[in-house]
Amino acid sequence: MTFARVLLKRLLLSLVTLWLLSILVFAGGQLLPGDVGRAMLGPLADAEAVANLNHKLGTDRPVYVQYWDWASHFAIGDFGKSYTFDAPVAPFIGQALVNSLKLAAVAFVLVMPLSILGGIWAALNFGRPIDRIITVAGLSATVLPEFVTGIVLLLIFGVWLRWLPISASWPEDAGPLTQIYYLILPSIPLFLVLFGYIARMARAGMSEALDSDYTRTAVLKGLPWRIVLRRHVLRNALLPTITVVATQTGYLIGGLVVVEVLFHYQGIGGLIYNAARGKDFPMLESGILTIGLIYTVATLLADLLYSALNPRIHFGAVE
Amino acid sequence: MSVEATPGTETAGALDAASPAVARRERGRLLLRSPTFLTGIVVLSFWVFCALFGAEIVPIDPYVDDLMSALAPPSADHWFGTDQLGRDLFSRVIVGSRDILTIAPLATLLGTVLGTAIGLIVGYFRGLVDDTVSRLVDAVLALPLIIVALLALVALGTSSVTVVIVIGVVFAPIIARTVRTAVMLERGLDYVAAAKLRGENAFYIMFVEILPNVLPPILVEATVRLGYAIFTVATLSFLGFGIQPPSADWGLAISESYGMINGGAWWTVLFDALAIASLVVAVNLVADAIHGAFET
Repeated sequence: MTFARVLLKRLLLSLVTLWLLSILVFAGGQLLPGDVGRAMLGPLADAEAVANLNHKLGTDRPVYVQYWDWASHFAIGDFGKSYTFDAPVAPFIGQALVNSLKLAAVAFVLVMPLSILGGIWAALNFGRPIDRIITVAGLSATVLPEFVTGIVLLLIFGVWLRWLPISASWPEDAGPLTQIYYLILPSIPLFLVLFGYIARMARAGMSEALDSDYTRTAVLKGLPWRIVLRRHVLRNALLPTITVVATQTGYLIGGLVVVEVLFHYQGIGGLIYNAARGKDFPMLESGILTIGLIYTVATLLADLLYSALNPRIHFGAVE
Repeated sequence: MSVEATPGTETAGALDAASPAVARRERGRLLLRSPTFLTGIVVLSFWVFCALFGAEIVPIDPYVDDLMSALAPPSADHWFGTDQLGRDLFSRVIVGSRDILTIAPLATLLGTVLGTAIGLIVGYFRGLVDDTVSRLVDAVLALPLIIVALLALVALGTSSVTVVIVIGVVFAPIIARTVRTAVMLERGLDYVAAAKLRGENAFYIMFVEILPNVLPPILVEATVRLGYAIFTVATLSFLGFGIQPPSADWGLAISESYGMINGGAWWTVLFDALAIASLVVAVNLVADAIHGAFET
């Protein structure tokens, strides 16, 4: 199977996933709530006002017409109009994505080197106390909800020590450095969740590679340990980690909702939360679909990157 | 279990008769020697006890307002201080375990039952059913659980029942995938072929022959899911879409109080945060130990 065919197949599968996702979101946002006009105006509004609103929003048309209308507009970048702001949704999503990207970038820049090094260090000390400490601490950090670690961090660094600001919204004219300063505290809960996952994968891949025949061969033929590590162990050990990093992007975004609410930050997570509170369905659906899109693309890229980096898979062997 | 389910030859049956019981006893011994398992089970038992009997043993009624002593710091009268309505936080933390320890296990149970049924059917029949379900799983997994739950809760309206259903339904395909893998390994074995030759119908083979043999991975998956369920319920409650007032739930308490910590009222959130942390870590330690015991 050639690279082009694999690419095409993965691409098609991603499109199917996205299509199913759009149906799920549409069902959740448009069908489950039943009468949108009634939901927005409340139980006391009179029937005529509800009907008028439904007509204005287009929610009185047949379901498949609504789905087609909604999905085709979404596909060309027209995300509809927010119920709350009575303005197009797209600019809100764009701004929120930029903000979330900044937060995620700070978290990623912190977590990638530290978690991979942590995993490698644990594997090199397999079974010793330092390995157990990294493993148990990583597991505990991963399973704690972000708002729990976030609130404890807020107490320690924001309220008691007063080292870091307790809100992530920086002043209007803040430069990049000031922005990073405001983002350090919110990024730590995300860091903690990701650290455990990535370190665990790095450790597992690393111990497997250390145990392998090719590592033993490399050592026995007299290569210096440094070269064995770099050329033989690390190359094989870190491959699975790439996939994990990609699948964790979806998770990261889930964490963004909580962290952005806790730290009053206007990112995509905060946007989804506010839309959910205000029953602003176009905003909510667009936010959620955007996240699904980002996740699907990230997974696709990781898949391809993994295949391209792995010398053993020359496409076709994997299929 | 698998003794009845394995109508093999006489000798194989006799040899196998001892092994499941021995394996189970070995596993039990392995678990009881594991410090992580013991730590987890002690903390978990403490919170289960609080959930069951907390309301009877707490010193002060956790739901009674006392505005005269609102936001009092920890003292001899109020060990953990009081909240903005003057309610005793020590009592509320103890009682706060009840709702989350009801909703999360129920959601896990629902997800496990649904997921097992789907996984058995998909793994047994494969083909088109399998492809369809696998794509659906991918679509569901493309979104973080919290976000799926938010969408569904906004659409359906928030209540404890909806929280259980939403988490259970999202867990089902994830558990189904684990069960499917296990079933696909089992269906090629002789006892399944023998049952087919006897003329058993597909549902009998799935639920009576195969199910008992795939219980271990289901148990492991269910304990892992319980950890996620607690995580999710706590987070949803913090966001205001989970457990509702006047419950003493920890996540809800933090969402009600965290606006005041800048004023110095740290005790209104710290003890609840530690309670959630201890419960979540305990469940995951137990899950991790069970996972390890079944793998070796």
